[in-house]
Amino acid sequence: MEMYRSHVLVCAGTGCISSDCKSVRAALQDNVDRLGLGKEVKIVETGCMGPCDLGPVAMVFPDGVFYRSLKPGDAAEIASQHLLKGKVVYRLLHRPAGSSEQSTGFEGLDFFSRQTRIALRNTGLINPESVEEYIARDGYRALGRVLSQMTSQQVLGAIKESGLRGRGGAGFPTGVKWELTARAQGYPKYVVCNADEGDPGAFMDRSILEGDPHTVLEAMAICGHAIGSSKGYIYVRAEYPLAVERLETAINKAREYGILGENIFGTGFNFDIEIRVGAGAFVCGEETALLASIQGARGEPRPRPPFPAQEGLRGKPTVINNVETWACIPPIILNGPRWFAAIGTEKSKGTKVFALAGKINNTGLVEIPMGMSLREIIFEIGGGIPGGKKFKAVQTGGPSGGCIPEEHLDTPVDYESLAGLGTIMGSGGMIVVDQDTCMVDLAKYFLEFVQEESCGKCSPCRIGTKRMLEILERITTGGGGAGDIEKLEELSRGIKNSALCGLGQTAPNPVISTLRYFRDEYEAHIRDKKCPAGSCRALLTYCIDVRSCQGCGLCVRACQAGAVTGRKKKPHLIDFEKCVKCGTCKDRCKFNAIITI
Amino acid sequence: MSPVILTIDGLKIEAEAGGTVLEAAAKAGIKIPTLCYLKEINEIGVCRICLVEVEGARSLQAACVTPAAEGMVVRTNTPAVRQARKLNLELILSNHPRECLICARSTGCELQRLASELGIDGFRFSGEMTPHSPDFSSPSLIRDPRKCVLCRRCVAVCEKVQQVGAIAPQERGFNTVIAPAFSDPLGQTSCVNCGQCALVCPTAAICERDQTGEVWAALADPGKHVLVQTAPATRVSIGEVFGLEPGGVVTGKLVAALRRLGFDRVFDTDFTADLTIMEEGSELIRRIQDGGCLPLITSCSPGWIKFVEHFYPEMLPHLSTCKSPQQMFGALAKTYYAEKNGISPADIFVVSVMPCTAKKFEAGREEMNNSGYRDVDVALTTRELGKMLKEAGIDFGALDEEEFDAPFGISTGAGVIFGATGGVMEAALRTAYELITGSTLLSLEFQEVRGLDGVKEATVNLDGTPLNVAVVHGLANIRRILDKVKEGSRYHFIEAMCCPGGCIGGGGQPVPTDRETREKRLAGIYSADRNMSIRKSHENPAVQALYKEFLGGPLGRKSHELLHTSYIVRAKH
Amino acid sequence: MKNLEELDRLRENLRQAMKIREQAPEVSVRVSMGTCGIAAGAREIVMSLLEELKEQGLDGVALTQTSCAGLCHYEPLLEVIKGSEKTTYVNIDRDKAREIVRRHLIKGEIVKEWVTPDR
Repeated sequence: MEMYRSHVLVCAGTGCISSDCKSVRAALQDNVDRLGLGKEVKIVETGCMGPCDLGPVAMVFPDGVFYRSLKPGDAAEIASQHLLKGKVVYRLLHRPAGSSEQSTGFEGLDFFSRQTRIALRNTGLINPESVEEYIARDGYRALGRVLSQMTSQQVLGAIKESGLRGRGGAGFPTGVKWELTARAQGYPKYVVCNADEGDPGAFMDRSILEGDPHTVLEAMAICGHAIGSSKGYIYVRAEYPLAVERLETAINKAREYGILGENIFGTGFNFDIEIRVGAGAFVCGEETALLASIQGARGEPRPRPPFPAQEGLRGKPTVINNVETWACIPPIILNGPRWFAAIGTEKSKGTKVFALAGKINNTGLVEIPMGMSLREIIFEIGGGIPGGKKFKAVQTGGPSGGCIPEEHLDTPVDYESLAGLGTIMGSGGMIVVDQDTCMVDLAKYFLEFVQEESCGKCSPCRIGTKRMLEILERITTGGGGAGDIEKLEELSRGIKNSALCGLGQTAPNPVISTLRYFRDEYEAHIRDKKCPAGSCRALLTYCIDVRSCQGCGLCVRACQAGAVTGRKKKPHLIDFEKCVKCGTCKDRCKFNAIITI
Repeated sequence: MSPVILTIDGLKIEAEAGGTVLEAAAKAGIKIPTLCYLKEINEIGVCRICLVEVEGARSLQAACVTPAAEGMVVRTNTPAVRQARKLNLELILSNHPRECLICARSTGCELQRLASELGIDGFRFSGEMTPHSPDFSSPSLIRDPRKCVLCRRCVAVCEKVQQVGAIAPQERGFNTVIAPAFSDPLGQTSCVNCGQCALVCPTAAICERDQTGEVWAALADPGKHVLVQTAPATRVSIGEVFGLEPGGVVTGKLVAALRRLGFDRVFDTDFTADLTIMEEGSELIRRIQDGGCLPLITSCSPGWIKFVEHFYPEMLPHLSTCKSPQQMFGALAKTYYAEKNGISPADIFVVSVMPCTAKKFEAGREEMNNSGYRDVDVALTTRELGKMLKEAGIDFGALDEEEFDAPFGISTGAGVIFGATGGVMEAALRTAYELITGSTLLSLEFQEVRGLDGVKEATVNLDGTPLNVAVVHGLANIRRILDKVKEGSRYHFIEAMCCPGGCIGGGGQPVPTDRETREKRLAGIYSADRNMSIRKSHENPAVQALYKEFLGGPLGRKSHELLHTSYIVRAKH
Repeated sequence: MKNLEELDRLRENLRQAMKIREQAPEVSVRVSMGTCGIAAGAREIVMSLLEELKEQGLDGVALTQTSCAGLCHYEPLLEVIKGSEKTTYVNIDRDKAREIVRRHLIKGEIVKEWVTPDR
């Protein structure tokens, strides 16, 4: 690899690609070449850097300058000023919300500096298509060490000692899972990577696959050595074409280098990996459904036991971990289990990647040590709530999780504490909602998702979630009645207790937790036919503020129901009987004269 | 493996290792309600009715799939268990038409029984119902997804027992429906119409096409001369519809009942079974002597025929060209019988009572119209006949026994055993032995081809000539044997029956048809055989007369025209 | 790759080029790249520094630019920063630049004759 005096890393994660980072990169390269800097400055495409709402983003090394919202037109200035003359282009720097100062280096931004990046250690920092860059950053050293210096027992011991737990949702201790599989009777054994990330808003697995695919390959090979397997599968959803492409490139490169295949590093260890592209059903993230899908069957969960560790893929002992879990393995081997176990809390070791989304200033991916408080994550790293609005709750764990209201914001984020609040860590989705969000509507949103993604195999999930959704639809449109809350509670309890798989059992969680913390909102919808957050349209009354109305007539023409009347230049009126609450008049009014009560 | 000891409801129970909690509980007399469970065929735990509490488990467990483990503590009757079972059943009912009063399975419906047993006393949940509507495209089977509880027993039977795979879950979530791939109409798929799905359906989501109306209409038509033929296997099962023990031989009562219904003649398919032996036996001998296509495979079972046409078209030359006994009967009824009695075939209406749903398809095959009219007008299942008898107010159990009409009511023990797996083979051997060797068979019973084993093989010594035979039933078993034939295994003669157990286990038989009822019906068939005065087809005097008066000899020109047929190649899907 | 030694060798080679992306470089060399600096030949200085660093295998050194230091008559000009210690060299040429790498960065001796007069 050539040495350059400067590296410009251009984020080419899926988020930035959609905001056209490819053109930015090309423009930068053109300008660098034009200035004759081609031998001094290297432009590198990396995986996701995290702050996706700011894309396209780039970092310039060695200075560590972070640029955001780049356009191809900015390239000339960056090249001629920064890359040639060393002058930072201030107008392209990021200014965090609430801060008066721009930050030159990314290190000066809380978003970056408060993170501890283990799973994401390379993501956004290396060219994911270059195995050399991965190797340069200690890639495959852990595999080398494992193969040359460690017995499988020692590897199992190390993973157990690290305290690593599954990052996909349930938090099962990874070392124990490996050990059970290692001990199970049956051959061949399989190593599977669950890359069927499906929680709405969660995309850490995609980012790792796109940004650092080799780490997953290396970790799977390490597991292969530990459990006595020579075959791995990565099950990745078809909606992640870039991840598939980068994985394919990575696998081919690794094979070329002899890191995958036969007799790896001359140690006699064989291991190879195949990609299986799934049709992207949410339920295929459930491990038994995923294994069924790999085998070509309909992706549906089956009862456990037997667990995959005993009877997994093709009935053989199988380790199945998700992408983020795999990404933690090589650093644990290299730095030692104690290093990892020293991070985090007593029962939740290490770090966790979260996808910040919703009503929060800095959306994107962050990796933080377990035990950090929700307040720190949301208000310091996430930069708080935009528009001066009030924080209302944060939903963790996606559709299997629950919401956490303000009074619990100081709770440390770890598996047990979140469970204590009635939610789960899940795969790390964190959706922040503010005062304008109706919690009944939020529960409805997740239930809609679950209902749409239910595989339809067991009756409680297939029919029960449908009936719950129907009740929620009724409540949010003013049709709720006495006994509806009790029915929701009964159905929640029943489904939780009796659904076949983990996804079904957790499907009622969003309803259970919103009922726990925001029961009064449900009651207001049902009893008073009011939505306290002012979000459920059907429960709003549209009227015209006569002081603001200019009588322009826009609303009269917009109203399909003929509910608005009035003479020109005189304040108009809405007939409540005719109004269908479509909201068009409010959207059209230029004077904010249409209000909802 | 040594047995395990677990505690269920405070009782210490010794259970087989590898068995389930459901089985262990049953052993101790604790009945856990089930819906989707079908022993050995469908153990998938999807209905969530058989839930129990297992100490240490986070949620309730489905007893039908939870392995009994040493030291396990199970409770089957706690408030949480009862509530969850009831709630899940209420949910299933919330997506089920409340049409019990007018439903084909009313009083025999497992869902209905469960609702009663679990004390469902109201419809607390209601909402949208499944968007799928009934499929009337198949001549044999009607699917009604509205009544489907998605237990998947039908899928398991079709996939595992029959290996046809005509139906599977389509779509997802609330819209999940059991249907052919791409929700194609069933009639346009490779469904072989065996009806095993209808046998295992707990509700009326898959039923035979009800043709009783056509039969009532014919009976009421003074211009119609209505004949009925009864398949061998129906005489050991029709009694079940009236609460009699499975396997009881009720031939005489069946004849009496059919006369009460108003049929002009009550005949027996056993007669044409005997005729089949004459034709097929001759075909076998000819193929052996002339070096024809061997093994010869029987062709009585219409599900099996359609299966070959779809999945093994290259094996079609192995099929006997004989029509099935049902179709031989129809062809003769509208030619020989019509002529002999001076009745126009246009005025003859042939009804058959069959243990089979595929017979409806077979009766409708285009080529089956020798007289210019359908050989068989309507093929009823045993279940449909049961309904007609009930509607007519016939107290079946109290009927005095009556005899079939001549000449098509005269038959032998060899004809009766057609109803059981191995029966056609045994009947053929009884005849072939005597025809080939010219000597009298001393022991008529070929035990090696009897019983419920999926594949039965034997080598029979015919006066120095060894005859390699195989008997298979259930299409999954048939696949095994066909693949062996393709690999070069040398058989001379194979009996293939689509349904497990042969016709006694046919898809048109009364529900339940499980292993136990199959065994009892088998025993009934063989006892009927033993009680027949003539037990060899070639000794049937009516058959002999038929050849003499009308057909000439086996495989003759008339036989060829009326009693033999040909097959077509069908697509795999 | 046949064995681990090959992996280790490869890594050592590659690491040099990637060190740049690690934070807190031990040493940085800053070349003044204002218009005056470029006119005085700062570009060539950068290239020769880069080559020399490469040849010497110094991967912990960040090579960056600064804007005009206001000492236009001293251009080309470069700064070597080691922790809190900053040394400014003036009127540099390509050979001097290489020598600074060898003497200051490797041997740790400040090349007194080329440092700014005000130091």
